[in-house]
Amino acid sequence: MSERSSASPPVVGPLADVQPEPGVEKPDPILVAHNVRRSFGGLTAVDVAHLEIQRGIITGLIGPNGAGKTTFFNLMTGFDRPDRGEWRFNDESLAGMPSYKVARKGMVRTFQLTKTLARMPVIENMKLAATEQTGERFLVSLIPPLWRAQEQAIEDRADELLKRFQLHDKREDFAGTLSGGQRKLLEMARALMVEPELVMLDEPMAGVNPALVQSLLQHVKGLRDEGRTVVFVEHDMDVVMDISDWVVCMAEGRIIAEGTPESIGNNPAVIDAYLGARHDEPEQEATA
Amino acid sequence: MDFERILIDGLRAAVGPEAVIYALAAIGLNMHFGYTGLLNFGQAGFMLVGAYGVSITVVTFGGSMWLGILVGLLAAAFLALLLGIPTLRLRADYLAIVTIAAAEILRFVFRSSAANPVTRGVFGQQQFADAFYAINPIPEGAYGFWLISFGSHRRLWVIVVGWGLVLLCCLLVWALVRSPWGRVLKSIREDEDAARSLGKNVFSYKMQSLVLGGAIGSLGGMVLVIFQQQNHPDIWLPLVTFYAYTILILGGPARVFGPVAGSVIFWFLLSSFDTFLRQARATGVVPPELLGTEALGAIRLATVGLALMLLMAFRPQGIFGHRREMQLDV
Repeated sequence: MSERSSASPPVVGPLADVQPEPGVEKPDPILVAHNVRRSFGGLTAVDVAHLEIQRGIITGLIGPNGAGKTTFFNLMTGFDRPDRGEWRFNDESLAGMPSYKVARKGMVRTFQLTKTLARMPVIENMKLAATEQTGERFLVSLIPPLWRAQEQAIEDRADELLKRFQLHDKREDFAGTLSGGQRKLLEMARALMVEPELVMLDEPMAGVNPALVQSLLQHVKGLRDEGRTVVFVEHDMDVVMDISDWVVCMAEGRIIAEGTPESIGNNPAVIDAYLGARHDEPEQEATA
Repeated sequence: MDFERILIDGLRAAVGPEAVIYALAAIGLNMHFGYTGLLNFGQAGFMLVGAYGVSITVVTFGGSMWLGILVGLLAAAFLALLLGIPTLRLRADYLAIVTIAAAEILRFVFRSSAANPVTRGVFGQQQFADAFYAINPIPEGAYGFWLISFGSHRRLWVIVVGWGLVLLCCLLVWALVRSPWGRVLKSIREDEDAARSLGKNVFSYKMQSLVLGGAIGSLGGMVLVIFQQQNHPDIWLPLVTFYAYTILILGGPARVFGPVAGSVIFWFLLSSFDTFLRQARATGVVPPELLGTEALGAIRLATVGLALMLLMAFRPQGIFGHRREMQLDV
C-alpha cells in the first residue's frame, strides 16, 4: 500500500520461511498465547486459539473496531482476566499474574487513551517508571542517602530518553500541559524506563497530527533497532504496512490471518473482515 | 461590640488543642486524599479507635496510658487493614462508602449497652490521662502572650506537646512525599492503571497510605481525649471528618503544611465568628428574637458548609495550592 522507508528495512530474515497462516509457529517466540478466551456476557471478545509473537521484530495487530485487540492487550498484560487459556512470556506462564508483576517481567504496555500523570512534571513521570528503586520502600524512603545515588542514575537515564524523544525542553512542565502527540511520546519514553523486552503499544498514533506520526514511527522502529520486541495496535493501514515486519489480523475475537505486510494486504479473509463479504469500494473503506 | 474580644477568642482557638486535633486529622487525610487520592470519609472512626485505645487500656484494663497510645495506634492500623483489604482493589468511591459506614458502625457499637463493660457505652470514660499531666514541667498558672491566651498550665502542656506532634507528622509527610515512595503515591492519585503498567504494586501503596494516614488521624483522637480527660462515643460524629476535609481543602491538599494552616485559620474563623454572633445578639445589633441561643450552633454549622461551597467554587486549590496545577485536565 505504501513505500517502505529505506532507512529501516523490514526484518524478514527469521520469518522468511514461516507460512502466513493464523496461529503459525515462529522460530523464536517471546510471547505465546494458547486458547485464550474472554467473554463479556454473551459476547466473546477474545477467542485466540494460538498466537506466537516473534522476538526482536515489530508485529502489527490490526482488525476492525470491536475485534478484541485492546481486550487481548489487557489479557496479556494482566489488566483483565480471561475465562480460560494460558500464555507464556519468555517461557514463563503469566496466567493469574497481576499487571504490575507482568510489567516487572519485561512486558510493558501503553494505553489507547494516553495515561500521562497530569499533575506530575514530565521528569517525574519518567523517573517513576524505573524499576527496583530502593527509595520506593517505606522506611528506606525516609533516609535519602540510601537512594540518592540511584535516583541520580535514574534521572540521567530519564534525561537521555527525554532528549531522544524531543521532550527535554518540557522536562519541568506538568505532563498535563503537553499536547496529545507529546503525551504519546512521553508514554512511550516512560515505558522504556522500565527497560522492557516487549513493548505493547495500543494505538500509538491515535489522535496525533500527521507531522508527528512520522517522528513516532521512527521511534517505534528505533525500539526494534535497539533489540526490543514491539506489538502495536493500529488502524491506519499505511502506518501498519510501513513499519510492521509481521501483521496479525483479528476479527470478532479470533486471529483470522497473519503474515508479512504484503501478504496481509492481499489476504481475502482480511478484506472480508474489514468490509464484509460484499465490498464495493475497497480503497475508500480500507484507509478510513 | 468588643472586637478585641472577638480577636482574642479567635486566636485562643487558633493555637489551642482544637486546632492541633484537627490539624492531625487533616494531615492524615492529606496523606489519603491529597497524595494518594483515597477518599476516606471515616477519619472520625480512626480517631475513635485511637481515643478508645487510650481510654479502654487505662480505665477498663488498668494499664498505663503510654501503652494505651500504642494500642490506639495499632488499632488504627488494624482498622485501616480491615477496611482496605476488601475495598482498595475496587474503585475509589467504594472506600468512601465503606469508611463512612464503618466510622458510624464503630460509634454505635462503642455506645451500645452490650459494649458497656468495655467502653462504658453512653457514659463514656473519664480520668485516664493523669500520667500525661503528671509529667507536665510547666509551673502552675495561667499563660498568655500578647492577645493570645494559652489558658492554664495544663492546657499549655497539651498545646506544646500537640504542636510538637503536628510538627513531627509534617516532617514525616514531607520526607515521605519527596522520596520515590511519595512519587509512587502521587502516580496512583493521578492514574492507578498507569502506575500498574509501570510495575508498581498499587494495592500495597494504597494500603501503606491508608495505615499511615489513619494512624496520624488516631493521634488527633488521642490528643482530644487526653486534653478533655474524657472519651465518649458521640464525640466521633461524621461531622468531625467533614471539619477535617474542610480544613484540608481550605489549606490546600497535597501541600505539607496545608492542613496545619487550614486548621489554624478554620478555628480562628469559627471561634471568632461565634463570639461575633454572641456579641451581635447581646448588643442588640441583631434582635435576640431573630437569633436564639439554640440557633447559634446551627448558624455556625451552616456557615462552615457555605464556606466549603464557596471555597470549592472559587478557590478549589486552597490557600496554599497552585491553581494551575488544579486546573490541569486529568
